[in-house]
Amino acid sequence: MKLNKILKNAFLVTVACLVLSACATSKKSGQMQGDVYSGTDTVEYLASGVPDRVFFATNESVLTTASRETLRKQATWLRKNSKITIVLEGHADERGTREYNLALGERRANAAKDYLMTYGISSDRISVLSYGKERPVDSGSNPLAWSKNRRSVTVKAN
Amino acid sequence: MKKIFVLLFIWIFQTNALALIEVDITRGNLNPLPIAVSPLSIDNESKKSFEKILDKKDIGSEISKVIENNLKTSGLFNPLDKDAFLQAPEIANLKPRFEDWNLIKAQALITGKVKYVDDKLRVEFRLWDILAGKEMMALAFTTVPNNWRRVGHIITDKVYERLTGEKGYFDTRIIYVAEEGPKTKRIKKLAIMDQDGANNKFLTLGNELVLTPRFNSTNQMVTYLSYFRNLPRVYLLDIETGIQEVVGDFPGMTFAPRFSPDGKKIIMSFAKDGNSDIYTMDLENRIVEKITNHPSIDTSPSYSPDGKYICFNSDRSGYQQIYVMKSDGSNVKRISFGKGLYGTPVWSPRGDLIAFTKLHKGKFYIGVMRTDGSGERLLTENYYQEAPSWSPNGRVLIFYRETKTDDKGKGFSAKLWSIDLTGYNERLVDTPTDASDPSWSSLLTN
Repeated sequence: MKLNKILKNAFLVTVACLVLSACATSKKSGQMQGDVYSGTDTVEYLASGVPDRVFFATNESVLTTASRETLRKQATWLRKNSKITIVLEGHADERGTREYNLALGERRANAAKDYLMTYGISSDRISVLSYGKERPVDSGSNPLAWSKNRRSVTVKAN
Repeated sequence: MKKIFVLLFIWIFQTNALALIEVDITRGNLNPLPIAVSPLSIDNESKKSFEKILDKKDIGSEISKVIENNLKTSGLFNPLDKDAFLQAPEIANLKPRFEDWNLIKAQALITGKVKYVDDKLRVEFRLWDILAGKEMMALAFTTVPNNWRRVGHIITDKVYERLTGEKGYFDTRIIYVAEEGPKTKRIKKLAIMDQDGANNKFLTLGNELVLTPRFNSTNQMVTYLSYFRNLPRVYLLDIETGIQEVVGDFPGMTFAPRFSPDGKKIIMSFAKDGNSDIYTMDLENRIVEKITNHPSIDTSPSYSPDGKYICFNSDRSGYQQIYVMKSDGSNVKRISFGKGLYGTPVWSPRGDLIAFTKLHKGKFYIGVMRTDGSGERLLTENYYQEAPSWSPNGRVLIFYRETKTDDKGKGFSAKLWSIDLTGYNERLVDTPTDASDPSWSSLLTN
């Protein structure tokens, strides 16, 4: 048991080192890939195994592989619960001008919306709301906090 | 809000057009002009009347303090210590003893007199050139007593104009967003105050998120973004009556509003399906026009003062840059080509410059460039700052600045700052709460 834990830790440290050496922009080991948040600290769940949010790179609205996987889980859950309607809340980090970030949040939420629609979710069930940089989840002024804040969150509307 | 009132101007003495002292406003505050602001004299009876109405012991002296503070914050003047003044206010106003004022190194002197006349405040003031030993201007006006601070601002505007050759910016107001609470759950309210921070008032209660209020330069209407009922839309607010209405009937978020220079249109962004374009709406006939049509983010539009051009922010090149186009949307040209990202372009009321926010290597700058993009000049660098707004004479910019939080996410604040076009005279603009998104009004009286 103890040995197992030590081995596991050693493994994690090795992985972290690899990630760090592989990608100079990756900070705070294991929580970010590139500058996209990959941790789970802020994630809530719509249902068991269905994360409520996806994360974006700086100035980007492209869905990552992990984001697409999350959205497919959301689509499956939405198909099973056909009466549920949702709001996609798009957000940006604090390192951009307010007005541009409002547009960017809207673009991010729509990227998520488009993906859900390709998985059969009717646009009637989805509304989009951008908060720009107005509602961060993490009030820190560092790359990790910013990565948590660049997000689109799926919220039940009914 | 503030009652509209009539100012009665009377020229009591028309002096020679030849300016004796001149202040060069392009030089910054390297050599502020020493000026003496003598307390406005007041007779005992008037003093008592104003004390009853305004709860101020000596309204003449209070008005002179307003003037003095304005002159000081302009960075162009150095108001001298009153303790050194040798002449009593009432005598100085009749005929200053120039040698006495020269002795304390004053180059200009403001004197005046306040009187209570028919429930009103009557003020006369004079501006003197000490070295030449001459009166430069004299003016009198009458208003309701409650406007006493504005009297101080108007006097400052007249003095500023006489000495610099440019219109002043003191009898103006700032509308902004007052902020409170933690960064993750910020409460925001519209607030308005005089240019010097006095008479602060909150215009909304903070129940819904509000952003980016902007003045109409032809009257005291305001346009802003409100999240009322969780629907982010552009609103129009009459600050005299408090009546507000949503602008247009858009099936999605409208944002980044500004008025056209004639005040008849609102220009803004409308976001739909992940794309933001620029639209205008005519406030009289409600006709909506689409100005840009591009699958990129087009936002932060701002008209040139003649209404013929629009500068805006677009990421059509891949990143945020500044563009200029004709007001019908034709002839789009990118004008920002320096390193970094550019946002929030805003056209100077003088027409010759565009102020902007720039992000480069993790730092934010407020800068200006000519309208063809040449002559870029960065005025100030900080951790975070954005959203410059011009003083009506195009000489000063007000913007907001946010602090970096510590490792625990604590220590956040947002404040208003101003800086001269010269890059000198950077100042914190005091507000009762945290503040952002300032917009400078035009002069209340011309």
